[in-house]
Formats: sequence, C-alpha cells, structure tokens
Amino acid sequence: MTGATWGLVASTFAASFVEFVEALTIVLAMGVTRGWRSAIAGTVAALVALTAFTAAAGYALGTWLPESLLQLVVGTLLLIFGLQWLRKAVLRSSGLKAMHDEEEEYAAQTEAARQATRQSRFGIDTFAFVVSFKGVFLEGVEVVFVVITFGLSAANMPAAIGGAAVAGLLVLIAGVILHRPLAAIPENALKYGVGLLLASFGAYWAVEGLGVFTQSGESLEWPGGDWAILALIACWLLTSRLLVKVLPRLKPEVAR
Amino acid sequence: MRFVKGFGQFWYDFIIGDDWKIAAAVVAALAVTLVVVLAGVSAAGAAIAGGVLLLLFFVASVLIDVRS
Repeated sequence: MTGATWGLVASTFAASFVEFVEALTIVLAMGVTRGWRSAIAGTVAALVALTAFTAAAGYALGTWLPESLLQLVVGTLLLIFGLQWLRKAVLRSSGLKAMHDEEEEYAAQTEAARQATRQSRFGIDTFAFVVSFKGVFLEGVEVVFVVITFGLSAANMPAAIGGAAVAGLLVLIAGVILHRPLAAIPENALKYGVGLLLASFGAYWAVEGLGVFTQSGESLEWPGGDWAILALIACWLLTSRLLVKVLPRLKPEVAR
Repeated sequence: MRFVKGFGQFWYDFIIGDDWKIAAAVVAALAVTLVVVLAGVSAAGAAIAGGVLLLLFFVASVLIDVRS
C-alpha cells in the first residue's frame, strides 16, 4: 500500500472509530438498563436500515446526480458535520465547554433509560429499541458519508471501507469484552483531528460542486488541485487555534 | 403524523445538530461564493474566495455563539 492509501485508511478509521464509540455507548446503556434483547434488536434493525439507505443513496447519487452536484451535496453535509465537531473542539480546548466524557454520557443515558416508562411490543422494549436504533443509524449515516467522501476523493473506495470496517470491528470487540463505555479513548483529540479533516474535504468538495450552477456544469478547479486540501487543513487548524486563544478573553468568567 | 414529525426531527438532528448557526454559516458562505462564481470571477479566484468565506462565516458563528 502507498502512503496515500495508508493516509486514507487512517482517516476513515479515526472518523469511523469516534462514531462507533458513540453508538456503542448508547447501545451499552440501553442493554444494561433495559435489556440486551431490545438493544440488540434496535441495533440490528438500524444496521439493516443503514444498508438499505447506503445502497439506495449510493445508487441514486451515482446514477442520477452529475458529479459536481454530488460534490456540492456531500461536501456541504461534510462541512456541517466537520464544523460542528470543530466548534465543540474549540469550545472544549478554550475551557468554555466541558470535555466530552463517554462515562458521563453513559451515566446520562442509563439514568434516562431507568426513568423511562416500560412499553413492550412483541416482547421488545420500545424505548430501548428506538434509542438503540436511532443512535446506531445516526452515527452510521455519518460513517457512510465519511467513507463516500474519502473513498471517492482518493479514488479508492475499498481502502476507505476497510478503514471504517476495522474501526467498527475493534469497537465491537472492545464493547463485548469490556461491557462498559470506552472512556480511555482520547475522544476529544480524535474529534478535533477528524473535524479538521471533514471541514477541509467538505470545503474542497462543496466549493468545487458550485460549478454545477455554471453554464458548463463542470466542477470548479482549486488552484493546485488536490494540494489545496493540505492548504485548507492548515487554514482550519490555524483558525481554530486562534479561536482557542481568543475565545476565553470574551468570556473569562466561564473559561476554566 | 407522529411518524412524519419524528422523521423530520431525525433529519433536523442529523443535519443541523445542536447549533443551527453552523449550518446557516455554511449555507450563507456557499451562497455568497455562488454569487462570486456567477459574477464571472475565474474558477481559481472563486475557489479561494469560497475557502476564505467559509473560514470567516465559521469564525462569526462561533463568536456569536460565545457572546450570546
């Protein structure tokens, strides 16, 4: 494998890993408090729905949408996801927001699960089923977008899928062995890095995709081609570090 | 009706998340970039303008968020 392929695998691995850890935390909380049958049923249903969504979206995107429109749609979504992660990372690094903690998230989820009333259908606890389904599907769709973007931009879909699959497998094995949230993962640092990558790839694609509105309908070309992605990563990193420095001065009473 | 509401809520949570200002900033920056593109600026110039606008709108949304 070349260095670029390893970079692609590492990127999709890191991005997918964070999403899978979040999904695992939700499923664990439901399994422990409301019963494993309903939590696993919700997870399996979400995986089936996710497969159908990926197949349908992949077919529709690849068949009907011109390349530039595909870049605009996927790029815009990635930008929004990436910048939301970057915003949280900046607020956490500047002390304006508490660090994300999977143990805290797990405690909040289990408390909510304990207080929810029990309603059963076909022997399945509705609350655990719906929460597990929503958690796995929501995080899963983000993984799908990450894999599509990184895979298409590097023209190596198998490597992108491989990175995400290994991440999913590792998180699943860790969850089965530990039976508790993966609190030791440096999730905040991972999210910062992944936020930078998503924001950079998203900006690159979304701007290229604006070419769909021109007469030719062709994608816009960034100066320097793919090298512009590196420049974008540097710009987002610099901007986020500047915000980390400046933001605490705007709200010194909150910053810790 | 409950299904439609739940479906809408799911996609709102998925796309907009917990801070609508980020999505608004992205859409606004891309809209201004599109105006630049349609004004006939070269592709390279429009791409650079798009990158800069996205950075500026993101900074503005975070500053508004922190000050509010």
